[in-house]
Amino acid sequence: MKTIELEYDVVIVGGGTGGPMAAVKAKEKNPKLRVLVLEKANVKRSGAISMGMDGLNNAVIPGHATPEQYTKEITVANDGIVDQKGVYAYASNSYAMIEELDRWGVKFEKDETGDFAVRKVHHLGSYVLPMPEGHHMKKVLYRQLKRQRVEITNRVVATRLITGAGGEIAGVMGFDCRTADFYVIKAKSVVLCTGAAGRLGLPASGYMFGTYENPTNSGEGHAMAYHAGAELTNLECFQINPLIKDYNGPACAYVTGPFGGYTANATGARFIECDYWSGQMMLEFYNELEGGRGPVFLKLDHLAEETIAEIEHILHTNERPSRGRFHERRGNDYRSKAIEMHISEIGFCSGHSASGIWTNEKGECSIPGLYAAGDCASIPHNYMLGAFVYGKFCGENAADYVAGREAPVINTDMVEAERQRILAPLSRSEGLTPFQVEYKTRRIVNDYLQPPKITRKMEIALERFGEIQDDLNELSAANPHELMRAMEAYTIRDCAELAARASMFRTESRWGLYHLCVDHPEKDDENWFCHTNVRRGEDGKAAFRKREIEPYIVELNAEEKAAYQRLRVAGSKSAN
Amino acid sequence: MTIATTRTQAPVVVDQDKCIAEKGCTVCVDVCPLDVLAIDFVSNKAFMKFDECWYCMPCEQDCPTGAVHVNIPYLVR
Repeated sequence: MKTIELEYDVVIVGGGTGGPMAAVKAKEKNPKLRVLVLEKANVKRSGAISMGMDGLNNAVIPGHATPEQYTKEITVANDGIVDQKGVYAYASNSYAMIEELDRWGVKFEKDETGDFAVRKVHHLGSYVLPMPEGHHMKKVLYRQLKRQRVEITNRVVATRLITGAGGEIAGVMGFDCRTADFYVIKAKSVVLCTGAAGRLGLPASGYMFGTYENPTNSGEGHAMAYHAGAELTNLECFQINPLIKDYNGPACAYVTGPFGGYTANATGARFIECDYWSGQMMLEFYNELEGGRGPVFLKLDHLAEETIAEIEHILHTNERPSRGRFHERRGNDYRSKAIEMHISEIGFCSGHSASGIWTNEKGECSIPGLYAAGDCASIPHNYMLGAFVYGKFCGENAADYVAGREAPVINTDMVEAERQRILAPLSRSEGLTPFQVEYKTRRIVNDYLQPPKITRKMEIALERFGEIQDDLNELSAANPHELMRAMEAYTIRDCAELAARASMFRTESRWGLYHLCVDHPEKDDENWFCHTNVRRGEDGKAAFRKREIEPYIVELNAEEKAAYQRLRVAGSKSAN
Repeated sequence: MTIATTRTQAPVVVDQDKCIAEKGCTVCVDVCPLDVLAIDFVSNKAFMKFDECWYCMPCEQDCPTGAVHVNIPYLVR
């Protein structure tokens, strides 16, 4: 295990969606900057969009939607708990990003007049733009990285940030998952684009890597930000999604909804008005499943042959193309059989819900020099296009931040401590395997953290996570690959503990199923109409605080505010 | 020794006749997000070394000879 020392101006951790955009934009801002993308996998096929994406889920296109409308929609979809400035900044830069991607060669669906073919999936406005040929997305990004001469290091797992005397960013550490070489990278600024914490809950199938998220995204960014003293926000707002049962990927109602597909219960009846993923929608979905009217299905068998053929083309070539293979083996045919749906494991992902590393509308985190974009950051319901827009903000702002800044001085104690932590599992020939420790952590997440949340269960989970903290000292790794899984076990345990503590801090129910508390069943606007932020306190323990919601810049009337509380189809029975 | 090995059927299958790893090709190994594929030292062919699959398919899609096939893992299918 060699130690490799490098030095850059800006290091971007994660080369999936927001990461490549941040790198390209930092170089465009100042071509002289030394910019590195540090990637755990290979940037050619990494991240949530490794096989592309079937559409933009939040396109704000003039003539179809306005930034004000979109900001309203996300405000109500997220139960009012939003930094509107952050959402608005996304929305007002959304169209320029679509135009740029269009110039780069991304193919969007257009109608016969050449206008973008926007569809309606959300409850109020129209923001969905299909990309039937969206499988080429990673190739488009890779070409831009090469054009801007961004340096890339693949197969390096980032594990800890290095901070300076004033708490500012000084670099990042990690190791190569094939050689176990230890990396110490000096950097004036770091942009975290590490994706969701997607290996938090265990899929119902029991297959550890059959997660909704790309399982490479195990929450390193969240853990790194936390240990560096940065704030994370709204971690109790879990991500839970409606997915194809067992396959555990999207079915996907965003694609099929505009064609006439819908979510139905066991009797074939529609029970939700809108298939856009919100906590309230998930609660109705959960009530239907648990209320004796399940299973729940995605119903397409009433559609015309040419419509189904188009749906098949989009769904079986993009994002999760193996869903076609799954259906084939099960004898599922959209023409004759509704697709059985289920509820995903929990995770942290601002792409769909609202939890993550806290950033403002510039992508800045709470410690100087640190930026975050995409699923690991905190702009709610941000999806792929939000990762691109915030990747751009982060890249440009990081380029400004490093201008004229001296090379950081590295704290050698910090580096040595991390080297020892990483080295330890490889040096043990006996002990617990990473598989065992990860499985147990995630099984406990399912047993105790999955909503409906119960305070006593959270307390028990914290006892178990405390025991697992000790177990980490017994981890044994047979090779560098297992070492990667061992260090991920640390991350997953950290995220699990934060998920439990955040859930106990907010003593109300909010965001539908995402934070449904049995001991505090009501929404309590008087005490909890606020964000929750957490950081690692001086004593090493998680310190929570309430963070005020800044005055809205787009006002909502009472009717709009309650829109996402009215998702159940009129006349269909509620389980409660 | 306190560590046991547990056998499992790997979802990704490589057609030994079509695989050209012996010519230096490592495309499937390179693109796998989970880094679970490897080249066998003896046979000089690609194989799935770790059963940690997201059934995401870059290995199959990007293989230049069509040697790789991704099955849905048994626990999931």
